[in-house]
Amino acid sequence: MTAKMTMAQAINSALRDAMTADESVVVFGEDVGPLGGVFRVTEGLTHDFGEDRCFDTPLAESGIVGMAAGMAMNGMRPVVEMQFDAFAYPAFEQVVSHVAKFGNRTRGRLRLPMVIRIPYAGGIGGVEHHCDSSEAYYAHTAGLTVLAPANNTDAYALLRAAIESPDPVVYLEPKRHYFSNEAVDLAAADSTIGRAAVVRNGRDATLIAYGPSVPIALAAAEEAATEGRDLGVVDLRSIVPFDDDTVCEQVKHTGRAVVVAEAPGFASVASEIAARVTEHCFHYLEAPVRRVTGFDIPYPAPKLEHFHLPDTARILDAVDELQWEDAL
Amino acid sequence: MSSDQRDAASATMRVLDEAGDLADGADRPDADGLLAGYRQLVHGRRLNELAGALVRQGRLAVYPSSRGQEACQVACAAALSEGDWLFPTYRDAVAIATRGVDPVEVLSMLKGDWHCGYDAARHRVAPQATPLATQLLHAVGVAHAARLKGEDTVVMALCGDGATSEGDFHEACNFAAVFAAPVVFFVQNNKYAISVPLARQSVAPSLASKAVGYGMPGVRVDGNDLAALSTVLGDAVERGRRGAGPTLVEADTYRVEAHTNADDATRYRTADEVDEWAGRDPLTRVSAYLRGVGVLDDDIEAEFTTDADRMAARVREGLGVDVAPDPGELFAHVYATPTQQLVQQRAALQAEFDVEEAR
Repeated sequence: MTAKMTMAQAINSALRDAMTADESVVVFGEDVGPLGGVFRVTEGLTHDFGEDRCFDTPLAESGIVGMAAGMAMNGMRPVVEMQFDAFAYPAFEQVVSHVAKFGNRTRGRLRLPMVIRIPYAGGIGGVEHHCDSSEAYYAHTAGLTVLAPANNTDAYALLRAAIESPDPVVYLEPKRHYFSNEAVDLAAADSTIGRAAVVRNGRDATLIAYGPSVPIALAAAEEAATEGRDLGVVDLRSIVPFDDDTVCEQVKHTGRAVVVAEAPGFASVASEIAARVTEHCFHYLEAPVRRVTGFDIPYPAPKLEHFHLPDTARILDAVDELQWEDAL
Repeated sequence: MSSDQRDAASATMRVLDEAGDLADGADRPDADGLLAGYRQLVHGRRLNELAGALVRQGRLAVYPSSRGQEACQVACAAALSEGDWLFPTYRDAVAIATRGVDPVEVLSMLKGDWHCGYDAARHRVAPQATPLATQLLHAVGVAHAARLKGEDTVVMALCGDGATSEGDFHEACNFAAVFAAPVVFFVQNNKYAISVPLARQSVAPSLASKAVGYGMPGVRVDGNDLAALSTVLGDAVERGRRGAGPTLVEADTYRVEAHTNADDATRYRTADEVDEWAGRDPLTRVSAYLRGVGVLDDDIEAEFTTDADRMAARVREGLGVDVAPDPGELFAHVYATPTQQLVQQRAALQAEFDVEEAR
């Protein structure tokens, strides 16, 4: 059964359904209560579930994440919102030193089933500190699951899975897609954590992307098709755990790969993907794996962000450089 | 906040003075309860001595001693009921042992076996926190969850004077107060954060007075006075239990030994200062009082000492057993189910051993 909804509504539905299914699920953060969040993701939850289940906290991100860790120790499943990517940094010590390590420190006796929702990445003309792609920090920290949905169906399914996971999850929401209206089939959604999706089959080269870069990769593949190149697109969905099998299967099939991500490329998730593909698929590759990423700069001011963000032209330029036999 | 509460935050609550005499205006403590506490003080002191010796013998890598702070250690653990939680730091091994955790398991972390040697969930004792003040927020979370579930759990959250400078101390106090969470923030002000003296942490009238800014009661208590600590911490726990919210308790005490065995305290404080505080020993004033009221004598003292020696012998033996570490365990607990990549890395590490063995 499909219904049309925005990504914000899909995430809201996931929170609602999880809160209905499990009384230990609680939602809190800054402005998530009566206001419903600055992106309206938590709209109506306080009204419908009461103040004990969805509530505003003092304005302190370390406090939010640290308190969530304690609540998870005591049998709850907290889902906390960091209002914007860069506002999550005050919580970094809690995330890295405690949330990620608690299960390991206690030999699995005390795991922290909690979700940290982070609206991330740019493309919305946001002012400084509102557009960071911070996924590499979390992906580099063992013990965290890092999910990055790219469409509304996955936004629902992966959040449900994240809330049910015994491990802490950093759940990255591509804020530029919050208000994109799509048909969503909640019943048919794949809620498997750690499984990438082949969202477009292609014979000639494979584009590998996640989160906000997936629609751009799909648009690039569409454009390439009009020029006679058949590009496949893999949507990672889950950065950690990483689905080597699906990615490598596709790259071995095409022999060419371009990784697309918005974050600065140096020491990035895109770099890790390129390295893994090179290690695992070297003998199948016709050309070096290319990365199309943001520049190694702080996120630009709104009028400059379009210079920074990967677009279809940059992706197709990278595809052109994959040592084609028919190249001029 | 009433003027009484403001006074409590700057005056220092005391029941027994340094000679073991009843302080002016203090109620007489329950002698039997104090005797039980004295037994725990003797055990705590013995554990501090043993751990120091084990470091010198190379059995433990390091030990942050709570010598001189044993009254704080014993009182905070003894104030809790079975369903309550304790959130200790690295200097609180004696508190954890007083709570009933086997000292062998407590000290195994310092032996290098694993990051936490005891079952935190079963004992309701969080792993010892090494970062400063971060655990205070976890304490607030446990307490708030308990409140939401309708349980009457109280959480005792420990930190030192240095940790009160951390942002998480502030956030934890504020969150606890806003949510009326049943937490007792127990600051053992032992005057030094490694080498840095209290004056460089804060110029507030007292650390307890910081409670004013959060809208919770703050109480300053003589940290070497077991009777006073028991009263103050007992009241704070009871306050949390009845839903009245958090309390900040500052214990005025002193770290008699260096930060750890790896520290040289002579570089930043005088022997006279240490001697002065050693003269305010938390054990001697309790024993003086208990002997004065006829509850303690040489026989009981000898029995306590023998018990403590027996405990020490058992702990020494327990820590003397070396279990070969299992390298496969490196990968076992990172996630509830190891990722495909961790399974591969475990196999790669195992292959290294197989090659070694084949040689």
